[in-house]
Amino acid sequence: MVQARFPEPVSDELLDIEDKTRLELYRQVVRLRRFEERAYRLFMDGLVKGTSHLSLGMEAIAAGVATAMREDDYTFCTYRGHAHTLARGVPMDAVMGELLGRQSGVCGGKGGSMHLTSVEHGVMGSYAIIGAHLVIANGAAWSASERGTGQVTVAFFGDGATNIGAFHEALNFAKVWELPIVFVCENNLWMEYTPIDSVTAVEHPAADRASAYGLESIIVDGNDPDAVYDVASRAIGRARSGGGPSMIEAKTYRHGGHSRADPGTYRPEEEVEAWKARDPLGYRDRLLALGMDEAELVAIEDEADADIDAASEAAKAAPLPDLEAAYTNVWADGGWSWRN
Amino acid sequence: MAELITYRDAVKRAIAQEMRRDDSVYLIGEDVGDAGGVFKATKGLLDEFGPVRVRDTPISEEAILGAAMGAAMTGLRPIAEIMFSDFLATCWDLVAVEMAKTRYMTDGQVTLPLVIRTANGGGLRFGAQHSQAVENWAMAVPGLKVVAPSNPHDLIGLFAAAVRDDDPVLFFEQKSLYPTKGHVEEGEIVEELGTAKIVRSGTDVTIVALASMVRRAEQAADELAEQGISAEVIDLRSLVPLDATTIIESVVKTSRLVTVEENPRLCGWGSEVVSLVAEEAFWHLDGPLTRVTTPHIPLPSADALEDEVLPSVQRIVDGCVKAVS
Repeated sequence: MVQARFPEPVSDELLDIEDKTRLELYRQVVRLRRFEERAYRLFMDGLVKGTSHLSLGMEAIAAGVATAMREDDYTFCTYRGHAHTLARGVPMDAVMGELLGRQSGVCGGKGGSMHLTSVEHGVMGSYAIIGAHLVIANGAAWSASERGTGQVTVAFFGDGATNIGAFHEALNFAKVWELPIVFVCENNLWMEYTPIDSVTAVEHPAADRASAYGLESIIVDGNDPDAVYDVASRAIGRARSGGGPSMIEAKTYRHGGHSRADPGTYRPEEEVEAWKARDPLGYRDRLLALGMDEAELVAIEDEADADIDAASEAAKAAPLPDLEAAYTNVWADGGWSWRN
Repeated sequence: MAELITYRDAVKRAIAQEMRRDDSVYLIGEDVGDAGGVFKATKGLLDEFGPVRVRDTPISEEAILGAAMGAAMTGLRPIAEIMFSDFLATCWDLVAVEMAKTRYMTDGQVTLPLVIRTANGGGLRFGAQHSQAVENWAMAVPGLKVVAPSNPHDLIGLFAAAVRDDDPVLFFEQKSLYPTKGHVEEGEIVEELGTAKIVRSGTDVTIVALASMVRRAEQAADELAEQGISAEVIDLRSLVPLDATTIIESVVKTSRLVTVEENPRLCGWGSEVVSLVAEEAFWHLDGPLTRVTTPHIPLPSADALEDEVLPSVQRIVDGCVKAVS
């Protein structure tokens, strides 16, 4: 029997964050939640093909970090990347279209759920090989620094990535080259079906390693949008001002399983319940306690509901890709020819 | 005025030519700076271009290629050195699964103008883990361009083309060729990827060779001439894109084909060339399609053993005699 892992007690420190930022954080969390719930339903309906990895319960991290970013900053994320892609402003219908394999998809149907990319939004890709994007993200950070643009790169990844070689190569490299990058570990305590602490030599799989490599290392409650926004703002600001790389390890929990229809039953029930009680959507109560107008929150919720309905319907109605698309964009000339 | 320079010096000249032309070209890799590279092929570049554009890295092949990829997708044109091509195995994910697929997966949103240059192949008695000819690995993956020059002039021209190309290019420098010399004219040299070169004309048999095997094929052609066999030698120069036209046209003329490959036999590039000729020039053939390769074994270290297994001039001659008889 696996021992349950409970969340740390909630901090009662109230961070100094503007109301409009808090509303934006709430808007993000709600929209990400609505999207993931719908993606799950459409997967179960057989409309989302292949696989699908949801961020249900983990939305505060993408929301908090994205809200702290500049429009032209870069993000790199993983196969669990719907939330991070949407949080940078990629429209819901383009993401849903991609999940459904439609021409309207953000990659024209050639990427799928695990490879969402929107360069015009700074979303430089969702990568499905554990750890690979961490070293690639370094390259974007290096390039930004050489081009003198002040852009910061953020790389999201899961706790499972902290035991692969590329993670360690990436951290050392980022520090030695003092790159403007922020690594964000979403530690949801479980890799796929195995608890991360049962296969990791240190207590905090990302933060402890990052300290050893000389990165600024921060542990944060990943279910608290304010806390994530606060540490992300500081880490991004540090990177932008030449202060080098940071690691944020955000403790969180996925409400569902690893992927597809996995019910996640390998996890102790009391653990799941304890974390669900710390749902990022609980942020609503804080906003009300701070005296915010409930009507504003309801308007945000209604807008998210309407948008996800519209995005789902648009994706379902969108045409399938032209079959010719299978043969385009292997090369920069647009084609696929390997011979004359 | 043509100057006689080594293949090694051609590497430096090629990189310098492109770095002078384009400020977005950077060179990174293990020991490429102060040390001038383990084969001294980048010596002097640090002095000319400084430590920002010629930058040493840790021994972290994934980090090197990741840096190159991320930089290429955001505005630089990096050249990344992987010291020995054998080490590509430690970062093959970056090459085959990330670089090769990203343009396609993103439906063209991402462009990756980068070059991976690497010392490839045997002949230096380095043993099985520092001598592999691995260009076939790259050839098997859609989305990668694969180049392997045989002489200093082609090295410069093809390297320039690789740097200017908007797709990821694996540039295999055959390490036993570094001390060999060739004539190179002054001024900028730029060639076209995907163009094979007929380095010797003939009428009886077409020999297709790559990198270190080109010189051997030419020597074999000399010996065959003494036996009254006229061999045409094609330096393939790049595997992807593949200049099928030059091969097919030559075989239509000679009616016989021999490939000379340094790689171990199974799934070598020659099998692709042979199948192409079988499909598209079958009715022109007058003899068995023949492949001369390293046997399907790892490379041994001892000089006597390595010489035994790499394709020799004699084995190429024998292969051609078999093809024409």
